This record gives sequence, C-alpha cells and structure tokens, in this order.
Amino acid sequence: MATIYIDNKAYEVKEGKNLLETCLTLGFNLPYFCWHPAMGSVGACRQCAVKVFKDETDTRGRITMSCMESVSNELRLSISDADAVQFRANIIEWLMTNHPHDCAVCDEGGSCHLQDMTVMTGHNYRRFEYKKRTYQNQYLGPFINHEMNRCIQCYRCVRFYKDYAGGKDLDVFAAHNHVYFGRSEDGILQNEFSGNLAEVCPTGVFTDKTLKEHYTRKWDFTSAPSVCQHCSLGCNIIAAERYGELRQITSRYNGEVNGYFICDRGRFGYEFVNSPLRIKEAKLRDENSKDLNKKNLLNKTSALITPGKTIGIGSPRTSMESNFALRKLIGAENFYQGISEQEASLHKLILEVMNSGIAYIPSLKEVEEADAILVLGEDLHNSAPMLALAVRQAIQKGPSELKTSLPAWHSLALKEFIQQEHAPLFIANPLKTQLDELAQASLNLSPAEIIQLGYAIAHHIDSASPIEHLLSESLLKEAKAIAKALSKAKKPLIITGTSSMQEGLVKAAANIAKSLKTANLCFVEHECNSLGLAMMDAPPLEEAMKHVFLNDTDTVIILENDLYRRTSSGNVDRFFEACKEIIVIDHLHNKTTQKASVLIPTGTFAESDGTLINNEGRAQSFFQALNAKNELIQESWRWLNELFSLQKGISIKDRTSPHELLEEIAIAMPQFKGIAQAVLQSDFRINGQRIPREPHRYSGRTAMNAHDNVSEPKPAQDLDTPMSFTMEGYRGEPPSSIIPFYWSPGWNSVQSVNKFQIEIGGALHGGDPGIRLINNKEGMSSYYDNNFVPIELKDQEWLAIPVQHIYGSDELSIHTPGVTERSPQPYIGLNKLDAENLNLQDGSKVTFETDGEEVTLPLRIITELPRKVAILPHGLQDFNCHLPIILRIKNLKKSR
Amino acid sequence: MFSIIRSIWLTSLHMFRKRATIEYPEHKAPLHPRYRGRIVLTRDPDGMERCVGCYLCAAACPVDCIALQATEDENHRRYPEFFRINFSRCIFCGYCEEACPTYAIQLIPDFEISEYDRQNLVYEKQDLLISGEGKYPGYNYYKVAGLDAGVKNKGEGDNEEPPIDIHSLLP
Repeated sequence: MATIYIDNKAYEVKEGKNLLETCLTLGFNLPYFCWHPAMGSVGACRQCAVKVFKDETDTRGRITMSCMESVSNELRLSISDADAVQFRANIIEWLMTNHPHDCAVCDEGGSCHLQDMTVMTGHNYRRFEYKKRTYQNQYLGPFINHEMNRCIQCYRCVRFYKDYAGGKDLDVFAAHNHVYFGRSEDGILQNEFSGNLAEVCPTGVFTDKTLKEHYTRKWDFTSAPSVCQHCSLGCNIIAAERYGELRQITSRYNGEVNGYFICDRGRFGYEFVNSPLRIKEAKLRDENSKDLNKKNLLNKTSALITPGKTIGIGSPRTSMESNFALRKLIGAENFYQGISEQEASLHKLILEVMNSGIAYIPSLKEVEEADAILVLGEDLHNSAPMLALAVRQAIQKGPSELKTSLPAWHSLALKEFIQQEHAPLFIANPLKTQLDELAQASLNLSPAEIIQLGYAIAHHIDSASPIEHLLSESLLKEAKAIAKALSKAKKPLIITGTSSMQEGLVKAAANIAKSLKTANLCFVEHECNSLGLAMMDAPPLEEAMKHVFLNDTDTVIILENDLYRRTSSGNVDRFFEACKEIIVIDHLHNKTTQKASVLIPTGTFAESDGTLINNEGRAQSFFQALNAKNELIQESWRWLNELFSLQKGISIKDRTSPHELLEEIAIAMPQFKGIAQAVLQSDFRINGQRIPREPHRYSGRTAMNAHDNVSEPKPAQDLDTPMSFTMEGYRGEPPSSIIPFYWSPGWNSVQSVNKFQIEIGGALHGGDPGIRLINNKEGMSSYYDNNFVPIELKDQEWLAIPVQHIYGSDELSIHTPGVTERSPQPYIGLNKLDAENLNLQDGSKVTFETDGEEVTLPLRIITELPRKVAILPHGLQDFNCHLPIILRIKNLKKSR
Repeated sequence: MFSIIRSIWLTSLHMFRKRATIEYPEHKAPLHPRYRGRIVLTRDPDGMERCVGCYLCAAACPVDCIALQATEDENHRRYPEFFRINFSRCIFCGYCEEACPTYAIQLIPDFEISEYDRQNLVYEKQDLLISGEGKYPGYNYYKVAGLDAGVKNKGEGDNEEPPIDIHSLLP
C-alpha cells in the first residue's frame, strides 16, 4: 500500500497501478479515451492529464498523463488544478474539431463515452471555424456498422482487435491526421470478437448492426442481467428489451468469467427470441388451438400425466429450475437426460474428474494466469470462443522466465519487451486452429493419436501413469517436449472437451493433470447447461427409449429439446411411435415439436428466470427481460410446477419462486448444495425498494401502448425476483448479481462499469456473481487406464468426426440472419491425398452411408487433416451428423 | 361612505373600457407564433420528414407521452417508423421542441384539440406531420450531419472537406 495525495488529501492506494486506475478506483471522474482496463495504457489520447508535484513545496508541478504514471508512495497530484483542467478541455476541443454533427442519428448516442467526456470537461462550443474532415465508410459484414467520420483516433479498436483478440483484418491505414481504421478492403470482419468493437470504441465508429434494425437508445431499454445461452462458458450478458422485442445483448462485467468482453455468437445470436419460428400457441391433439387458454391447457395436460406411466426428458439448454421441475413432476426415477448415451457418459466422466480434486478447475480469469497450456482436441475459437480469448491473453503475456519490472498496465512497453516470446502453448487437434500462430507446437492428429499423445505426456511426467500405444517416433519426441514444458510451469493448464466426443481425451487430460499434481484442468462442453444436467445424474436418452419400448409408458414430456439433434432420426421416429402422448415444451418450432401431441409454448432465456451451470461448475442466474403479453409464454419450470400443483391438488396461486426451487434442488440432490445462493430471494429489497430494470430516463411510458388503449395498463409485476419491470425503485448500486444495466451519474456509456468495481478490472462490489458448485474433494486414487483399441479402417472406410463452427453449430444462434449468412453449408472434409486417391476435387460430391441413409455432400479438401479421418460439421440446422463419431462406410461414386 | 362611492365609481368606469373577453368560437384569440399549442412534425426544405428518430424528445418529455421507433430507408436515412404523442397526457411544456436537434418537432399556436373520447387524443405520425417547415425554415439536418443518408455524399455537406484519400501521402 502507498499513500498518495490527491488535491492535498491523503489516500491509501495499491501500488503497481497507474494513477488513472487509482483515481477511478477512488471514485474521481477523470476523463480518458485510449486506456482500457483490459488493454492497459499507451498514453495516446492525452486526455487523462493531471498535475504531479515533486513534493509539498512544489507549486508549479508538471502536467503528465495519469495513465502512464505509476503510483509511488508520497506522490502528490492534482486533478482539479486549473492547468490540468484547461489541458483536458483543450484536448477534447481538438478532438471535436472534426467530430461530425451526428449524435442524433448515431447509434452510440446516449451510451457514448465521447459524449460523457465532452460534458465532463465542459466543452460545449465549437470555436474552430474550418471544415471538418470526412472519410468513406466500409462494409464490415452483418454485425458491425462503420462510420469513420466519428473517429477520434484513440487506437482502441486496433489494439483490441489485433493485439488483444488476434484479429488480422482490421488495421490503421494512412498517416498524420488522415489515419483510417478499417479493413484493407470492404468485407466481413473475420474475428470472432468483432462485436466488442462496438463497446471498445469510445464513440460511434463501430456500432452494433443488428441493433440498427430495431434501434433503441440505451435509456429506453428494459434490461435484465442474463447469462449467454450459446456455449458452455456462461458469459454474463445484459439482455435489453423494447416494445416486446429482445433488441440488444451487451457484455455484463464479471471479473471471474468473461470480464469486459463477449464473443460474436453471444452478442449477435439473440434473434431467435424474435424469430417467426417461435411457438406462440399451444397445440393439443384434436383440439382447436384457438380455444386453448392457460387453464384448460393445464387441466388437459395434467390429465395425460399418470404417475409412473410418464417419463420426462430434460435438456442441456434450459435452466436447472426447469430440469428440476420436470424431475419433481414425474419423479426422479422417470427423469432422463435428453442427450445421447455417448455424450452423457462423457459428461459423467468429466464430472468425475472435476470432483476428484486432481486438478483445479479454473475460471476464465484464472485461465489468463496460466503459464503453459495444452489444448487437446478442441478448436476453442469455435467451441468456446471466450476461452480462446483467455488462452491468448495467457500466452501473449510471455513465458514466465521473462522477468520484467514493467507493470502489467504498461501495454505498449510490455509488447515491445515481450516481442514474439510466447508462453508455451501446445495444440493437438485434427484441424488447424486460430491459436496455432501462438503455439510452440500445433499437431494435426487423428483423435486416437491425440489421446495417445496425451497418455505419452502423462507417462513422461510420471512413469506410474499408463504408457501410450502406437505413437510415432516424432510424436513421442513432441510428447517429451510438451511434458517438459508443462512440468516446468507453475500454473500449467490442460484444456479439452466434448467437441470430438472422445472419452480417451478426458482420461488422458486427467492423467496429465494428475501427473503434474498442481495442474489446472478445463473442460469445454456443448451447451449452456450441459454440466448442470450432467450433475443431475440421470440416465441418458437411449435409456428413456428403452424404457418406453419395454414398459407400458404412455406419456413422455420433452423439455426444450430437439431429440433429432441428439440421436439418429430412425431411433427418434421409432421412439415417438411407441409413445402414446408426446408433450413437448419448447420455444422454437423444430422437428420434435412437429411430433408433439401436446405442444406447450415457453419462454426463451429472455422471458425466463433461471440458473445455468457453466463448464467450471459455476451456477449463475439469468433474469427475465421481456414480458410476453401472451399468457402462454412463461418459463418451463412454471408450467411444470403448475402441473405438479394440479397433480398434487395444491393451489396454483401458491407460486414457487426460483429461489425456492433452487433450495428444493439442493435438498433433493446434495451435489447442488449452495446453488440457492446464486439468486437473491424475491423479497430482497434495498431501503424497501426493488431494483428497477428501466433507467430513470426511460421514455414513452404513457404513449407506447396508447394506440391500443389510452388508459395505461398496470405495469407488469415481478413476483419472482427483487427487480421491477418499471423505472421506479432503488436508484443506487444494485447487488452484483442483479445489475440490470451500467449507469452512473456522468457515465452513460458502458465505461460506467468502473463505478461498480472494488478496484478497476477487479471484482464487482460485493463479489462477482455466481456460485461454484464443484468442490473437488474425493481424490482420484489411480490413473485412468489406457484402453486403446486400434480402429481397423477398410479401404472405403473413414473415421468421421464432428467439427464445431462458431456460426452454425449452435442450435439457437443460427436464427440470427447474420449468423445464418456466416454458417457453413453442410460439407464433408477429407485429406488431400485421400481425395486424390478417390479421384475427387474440392467441391465434388461425395456420397456416403450413415445410419443406413445415403448422404451426398460437397467435398472440402483440408490439407492438414490426418489421413483416413473425415470431418462433418456439428449441429448444422439442416444437417445433423447424429452420432458424432461413427465409422462411416463411404459409398463413393467414382467421379466421371 | 366616501370609499364606497369611490369604489362604485371606479367599477362603473370599466363599462367604458375595451373588453378583454372575446366571443371565442366566433372570434379567435390572437396567439403569438411561439405559443405552445398542438405539436406538429415538420418537413425539411426538400419536403422530406425532418424527424430522424433520435428519441431526444421522448427522453425530454416529463410525462413520457412521446413514443417512437426509428428505422432507416434504403439510403440509411433515419426516420420514425411510428411516432405517437398521447395528447391526453401532454402538458405542452415545449421541452420536446427544445430537445429536437433537427427542428422537426414544433409546438404551434393551436390549442383546439379537444375530444369527447380520450382515445382520439392519441396522435400518430400521419396526424402530426405537416407539409411545411414550420417556424424554422431552411434547415436540413442531413446537410450538416456527417453521414451520408442519401441527401448529400460524404464531404459535400456544409463545412465539410472532401473525403480523405487514404492512399495519399501528401500532408
């Protein structure tokens, strides 16, 4: 700790920080542009000037950029010094000489850092009489809009895009006062994190193009804290509603999870909520759906549920509450996970390893602290993008031997110092990944080879670990090198996951972690609640099918799950034929909902409260942002609870809040102990007040519904959470788990998050939200055995493995037009030599047999792909390779 | 006694003064041009809608009686998809006019908007839009704004330099 004097007042502050962070942490309003808490300082914009004095007697002082000055003991500075104030005002005035007269039509307006800073420095009149500089814009794809006139040359965009996120196609061009931030030519921004440009840019150069389609100012949104539904990492987001539509997703700061950023799938994949494919009406077999109101739908559905003769199928893409409510309704013994046996057993194994205590399960923040990383069989940019971003930060920090006295915020100096020295990163994946450029070694191997490589590494570190089989001499050498680097590291991290559906990978990764003793181990799953569902420890889908075929079960309840994505359509068809009644609860029409005899609409994440468990076992709650006018659109858990009440003869009016449900979960399944702490009780109040979802500037309340009825309706009530759907309520800082939007007096932009943190870039006041449920205690006694079974592939046989695509593999985000545009068409990928042997060129049609069906797909020649391995995209909307790993017999028509 | 007579005298004198009361429906009150009455949406000199859907009027409105939705045409010109004022709530404070950066929303000297049915006081865009420029002739926001919305090309607006040729090395 050091003592510094700000305007002659003493403050105890942390050393090693810069003055700007320190002043902001202390609550001073100091304007800045180029500095960003995640990206550090470069001292480019000259906006954060303060006066620093030599000692007590010094009256002249010197003006310095606070972001470039370290905190030192007994340092004296002045923020309010007249010279410093004048200096900052001048800087803004210069920046504004070329800034266009655009605010009224600029999407940033109302959440603009430049507006805030201009007001903060007091600049209000343009004295500069000369003409304004203009630029031509570029087309940057379906997600980001470009309006270059507004640029203030802070360089944040390129620093984020190139240096932080590793993008290649955004740069700064031209010279002096002509600098241009854009691509070398028009085109789609390729980086997976391009959406963050809209938040990183302090003004409106880069804005969210999907928001433009239904533009709303920040102050007009009804926002709710939410959790991303598009991969297993559980990034925190803010979901914003206006006029009954979900209109924007922005990142919600969580120091432990996603920090300041989210990926493009998470940011732009929200449009399924507004999709025309939404289920808005209930359907009951042989009934006119128009007459179905909530009451008779409940009664009729309840009549179909006979205890003991009904089974329920849960889902990894819905909340814990919904899954549990289903389990409660039909009984634990009748509840099944809605995923394939293969995936379920993989999850079970992952849970076993996570619980075993052989390794620490790091959060994304902790991933950034790793000093050697091994990625086994995952293309992180496509399966868990934010994890890839975290890995990049860890690697770009440089090897741990590289000792420097430079503080972590001094980003440009550090970059110069580190140069191309990277912390060791090793990647073994069938395909090239975007992280390869940072890797010491990136090996494109078949799944079996990756597994054996893993065993070999573990065996090198600890000879008690089982030995590998059938590995070439060169790979053994690689394994040795990787083993050496990992054992040298203080915080080695092994990342693997379920992308390629290989149990061996999990076991090999566990063995490496065990051999290292102090390793971090990170698993990636497919869906947002995969781990939560796995923790419920229910039998998989195949068991449910078996149960129906063998017993006289008459009704099946399918909860938010498209079974056709889980197993082969033949199996699902047979299963549905065997069921008498199929009750489907879902929010989007899909193949499964077409088979439903009872179809119950439900809310998406934006219309629901719920809790998800992410890949590190962190329970995080999301809250309702949207209030559907349709009474039938309510949370699945509410439907199921109401059915439960009907069955048990309890009054439906006795509502169960999400908090009570979570408490019930913890009682029913001790592995979820503590989960109820993830959400505040619904009667939580501050000064007797709720937390408003709407900012105090919310507009149009008395006109937005006036065309229907001039008498304003009663505002929607929220009985489940401590938040309100109105602008009335507590105006101070809400608890960290229920921050609906970031705003602070004078700080309208997203930068106001500074005011919510204990220290800049650290935890939110009251601690980052989320409760970790994995407390590894059990202890793994022995290594996993290497059950190597060589795969015999005949001449016409290939091992087909699934490949993840950030745009396309996710079931829900595909409904965003921009995501659809960027999603690949179904294809099959083969090695070049394999294709040549078969006399095939890129794009030729390949016919093969799978699950007894003949499929023809265009060929993509993939040079790096190992031989005898074929790849198929995972989870595409109109093409599903059901069991992700099957030996496929290629029935190849010889071309010509 | 004297004061009573004086009061009667003074009061009687008013009989010969000019009458302040006007026979309202037959005679209209003279209103100043800046009288804050009915709200209209004006058009720019080219006859296009002036409103750019910036939501500032809605934000300024103390009774929140303005609701709108911005949208864009094929030239990326922003305009309101709908624009609704609930006059049964409006207090004619004129803050919306003050907030408007484009002179689109203006209060005019007309107060004759009474209705028997409150629902009829909800005005939509077609009810608000007039064909003229109102009190502020000659102003066209898109000519002075930086962006290209089909009104002028980049660099052709008032007080704008031609767009930068980023390949040029000249100072």
